[in-house]
Amino acid sequence: MVETTYGYYAGCSLEGTAREYDQSLKAVLKTLEVDFREPDDWSCCGSTPAHTVDHVFAAALAARNLAIVEKTGLKTLITPCPSCMTAFKKAQHGMAKSDSFRQEVNELLDEPYECGVTAKSALQVIYEDVGIDAVAAKVTHTIPDLKVAPYYGCILNRPPEIAQFDDPENPVSMDKILAAAGVEVCDFAFKVECCGAAFGVPKRDMVNRLTYKVLTMAIDAGANCIAVACPLCQQNLDLRQEQVNSLTGSSFNIPVLYFSQIMGLAYGYSPEALAMDKVIVSADRFVRTRITVQQAREAKELQEQQAKAKGKSPKAAENKEETKSEEIE
Amino acid sequence: MDTIFDDRHMNTINLSNDVDLDFIKQVVKESGENPSLCYQCGNCTAGCPYSHYFDYPVSQVMRLLQAGQKDTILNSKAIWLCATCETCTTRCPCDIDVAGIMDTLRIIARRENRVSEKDIKLFYDTFLNSMKQFGRIYEVGILLLYNLKSGHLLADAELGPKVMGHGKINFLPTKIKGADKVAQIFNRFQKKAKKHG
Amino acid sequence: MRVGVFICHCGNNIAGTIDVARVAEETRKIPGVAYATTYMYTCSEPGQNEIKEAITREGLDRVVVAACSPRMHELTFRRTVEKAGLNRYFFEMANIREHISWIGENKDLNTLKATEAVRMAVAKVMQDKPLYSTSFKVNKRVLVIGGGVAGMQAALDCADGGLEVLLVEKSPSVGGMMARLDKTFPTIDCSICILGPKMVDVAQHDKITLHAYSEIEEIKGYVGNYQIKIRKKATYVDWSKCTGCGACMEKCPSKNSYDAFNFGVAPTRAINIPFPQAIPKKAKIDPNYCRQFVKGKCGVCAKICPTNAIDYEMKDEIITEDIGAIIVATGYSLIDMDKLPEYGGGRYPDVISGAQYERLLNASGPTSGHIVRPSDHMEPKTIAFISCAGSRDKSIGIPYCSNFCCMYIAKQAILTKDHIPDSQSYVFYMDIRSPGKGYDEFTRRAQEEYGAKYIRGRVSRIYPKGNKMVVRGSDTLLGAQVEVEADLVVLGTAVVSTPDAAHMAEKLHISYDTFGFYVESHPKLRPVETNTSGVFLAGACQGPKDIPASVGQGSAAASKVQALFSKDMLESDPAVARVNMNTCVGCLKCLKTCPFGAIKEKELRDGRVVADVIETVCAGCGVCTSTCPCGAIQLQHFTDNQLLAEVNAICRK
Repeated sequence: MVETTYGYYAGCSLEGTAREYDQSLKAVLKTLEVDFREPDDWSCCGSTPAHTVDHVFAAALAARNLAIVEKTGLKTLITPCPSCMTAFKKAQHGMAKSDSFRQEVNELLDEPYECGVTAKSALQVIYEDVGIDAVAAKVTHTIPDLKVAPYYGCILNRPPEIAQFDDPENPVSMDKILAAAGVEVCDFAFKVECCGAAFGVPKRDMVNRLTYKVLTMAIDAGANCIAVACPLCQQNLDLRQEQVNSLTGSSFNIPVLYFSQIMGLAYGYSPEALAMDKVIVSADRFVRTRITVQQAREAKELQEQQAKAKGKSPKAAENKEETKSEEIE
Repeated sequence: MDTIFDDRHMNTINLSNDVDLDFIKQVVKESGENPSLCYQCGNCTAGCPYSHYFDYPVSQVMRLLQAGQKDTILNSKAIWLCATCETCTTRCPCDIDVAGIMDTLRIIARRENRVSEKDIKLFYDTFLNSMKQFGRIYEVGILLLYNLKSGHLLADAELGPKVMGHGKINFLPTKIKGADKVAQIFNRFQKKAKKHG
Repeated sequence: MRVGVFICHCGNNIAGTIDVARVAEETRKIPGVAYATTYMYTCSEPGQNEIKEAITREGLDRVVVAACSPRMHELTFRRTVEKAGLNRYFFEMANIREHISWIGENKDLNTLKATEAVRMAVAKVMQDKPLYSTSFKVNKRVLVIGGGVAGMQAALDCADGGLEVLLVEKSPSVGGMMARLDKTFPTIDCSICILGPKMVDVAQHDKITLHAYSEIEEIKGYVGNYQIKIRKKATYVDWSKCTGCGACMEKCPSKNSYDAFNFGVAPTRAINIPFPQAIPKKAKIDPNYCRQFVKGKCGVCAKICPTNAIDYEMKDEIITEDIGAIIVATGYSLIDMDKLPEYGGGRYPDVISGAQYERLLNASGPTSGHIVRPSDHMEPKTIAFISCAGSRDKSIGIPYCSNFCCMYIAKQAILTKDHIPDSQSYVFYMDIRSPGKGYDEFTRRAQEEYGAKYIRGRVSRIYPKGNKMVVRGSDTLLGAQVEVEADLVVLGTAVVSTPDAAHMAEKLHISYDTFGFYVESHPKLRPVETNTSGVFLAGACQGPKDIPASVGQGSAAASKVQALFSKDMLESDPAVARVNMNTCVGCLKCLKTCPFGAIKEKELRDGRVVADVIETVCAGCGVCTSTCPCGAIQLQHFTDNQLLAEVNAICRK
């Protein structure tokens, strides 16, 4: 069930290097008729660095924003960045579970947080609240040759007690959303394998090597595009793709798009509206081949007619006989 | 006490005397986890994507914890290289939050100023200082400051033109109205930390 | 009334934290207590004699022993007082060991508590009434549920001992899990070759009646006198006409039926005989896959059958039997591989279970004993075995060890080398459990003579890469993450209870634990008995165990039945519920709440309906007593007045 209004916490990445995620996601949410409001004067959630200092401190940085949202009366906070989402979910979990922890956190804050807000990833809201059918209903366009490997990243649905969303080993939410958007999805084995996370700056080689594994697996599964739901994953796979090539001698040239961009393309938005130019490895060669669903249907019908015409030849008829006898129940 | 693996030579560890029980208790208290539940199956090491970079694979860090080898753990690189990707926690058959324990060890190491991966801590601190100043992070500022302070002046230099060319950067920081409120959280925490030692 | 109280030191067990002399001193002050003394070990022979002599000497008519739990020695002391001429129900035990001395450190408090416990027991014994057992006849026929190796052994031992046996097996053939094994450890005997003779004996023994493809529908009654209903399920083949020729199986056009015997590793026909050595060797139709049932047209088997045995109209048949004892040997099941999503069993065709692999190894299996990959039927050269796939895993609710996987994985590694000499097996393990005779040497052989590489560490993930499966595990002895690129992966899946274990337990009125395994009377001393008289356990339904242990338990259960049937009459337990017909209002609440169905309606001569207890079925649980709104039904030896006397003894000083 879609709520009347959601909170929307963009986070620092979506303001900066991941603005294409913000732009495309907001467009898609509008199409899906999801109403959202950004909290006033939100601050950084603390992300990875905060939880290396202290858990109460990290929870406080996150809870400051949850308290702001709580005051507006909104119950659910759409949090597109999984790192922000985990910060919020861990703060909520810790404060709801332990009175002493909640007290310690609230002592660091100006306004106390009473554990009334649930943070959910954009993926979770679209999959659970909006639903696959609603996603499919708005599709107007298709990109015939696009084969997408959905890459979830390591913390979107793990650990299961905190994330409480989708399967921690074989998640399917992004797969199903993309399929509903009319895209061919390539299931691959490294959906939740870590890409290197926040170590890009201090430990670039390590990140490049981990990213290499994910890229290789996706391509081996037959993908020519990777869909992501996390700004850090996108950065490691896209911005640093050339670094991976230099380090390992590979020649990757595979676009890495936010799932919301792919959805936006299926909904007919212009590439500009989806900030497609912000992606480093260009997806132009796919965007150019976008056609309407109607056009795709007509092309398919034409193809089928042609195949039928060929099928009337004697050779084709022979082939048909063989397949019939091998038919098993 | 020096690490037990000085230059990778193993000396006899006196398990009667050289086991830091207080350290174990501290980790239990701060992480909320019980290391005795670990039966050293190695599943965490098996799934950890960062295993190759750790000086001690994560299941060995757990074993070192069970054996109370405080210095070895706090001086290790492993606790700083852990990305909290939660693979270990998700798959542990004994339901231990292994990533949580690694986090706690890292927090204790920072508190005692034992930093084996200086660049990583520098990056985190630069990030946090930016947060304290502006309430949100100023990405360009962090990168430049990190490069300066770490001495890796040209790190990721080739990415600069890419992000600029694609219009992905904010050249100026965004300072929120409540930046001082965020700074207050930092100050209150630091005051509390000083009080409790 | 002259009550005698005997307070036991139990060496230092009790006397260590209770001042027993003080307790005796305080006890002597209780009105009605004629004699109170302490003794070092009351349960010993001299201790018992002391009680008998005191009864005679002091003219005691009631006895209290303050010592260990009644579960230990209540029976012992009841016999003692009976030998001295008292009714055995004029005896009470105060548990001052398990309930007091073993749980408290403070001697003063313990002594006070012990004094009160004794006072309670004295108050009760003074309210006790004499109770007398009645005898009832025993029907010396035994039902064995389950035709696996444990059940068959139990059936044969009972039958050889002259008893009539009904053996009910729910699958179409006897043999159970052992019939599906290829070879057995540690001797590498051909499993069906050594089991076959037992199966034949069971079918041919003149004292055993075998009901295959049948299930227990209902059990009524009590030890020595059960009435059971057996559902003989419809096979749609008249087994009195079927010769087991197999012609139907050859011609059946429905080839995608689920093959339960082969653990689903390959499909079978809708009409099939499960395996060549099946006993009974008769065909059965699976109506879920049979075209005649699903689509309404086929009938090929009916046309082909030389003896006209096919009968599509067949219905289940219910037969009733009277028996005197039950041996439960319903065996075990294996965990579904999809409970282990990180391993990919069920998703990737080349990740299979140990049971499925066993069928591939077997010459009568779906691949005629050729080990091939399910995906492309190519011979694998690198095989990875994963131990503890689900076992010892608290996070999925199976904290226990499955007992025999270490052994069968070693066996399978050895057999793999025999089948494919240029293969390499890897075994990922946490520990090796090999306690039996020749077991450890066997696991060493796998490594030393057959080249299996054993890696100490669990596996975190299995995923496909090209046409191989990458097994990512760790070698904790090396301290490293390791990977094996395997052609085939075999999971040593965890042993779990059968899916209908709880349901069966409820029919039998026996207990089962969190995991669905049946609970024995005492984990150390009474492994094949249950707390329900007349029902015995044998084999893996009681907990994971290997073949020699199962066979041993089968024989043990049989010997318990022999002992039970050695008398023609059994004594009933008189501590059962009894209805006072004068105060019973006939609301029948007790009848509805009795878990054992031990209460029936009775119409009195004046037309009033009252409740009536079937004494032999009553298990003495007391639920009726607490349910009854007017106290008309009382559990003898635990009546409201008797229990209230205990309460008053400590609440009113």
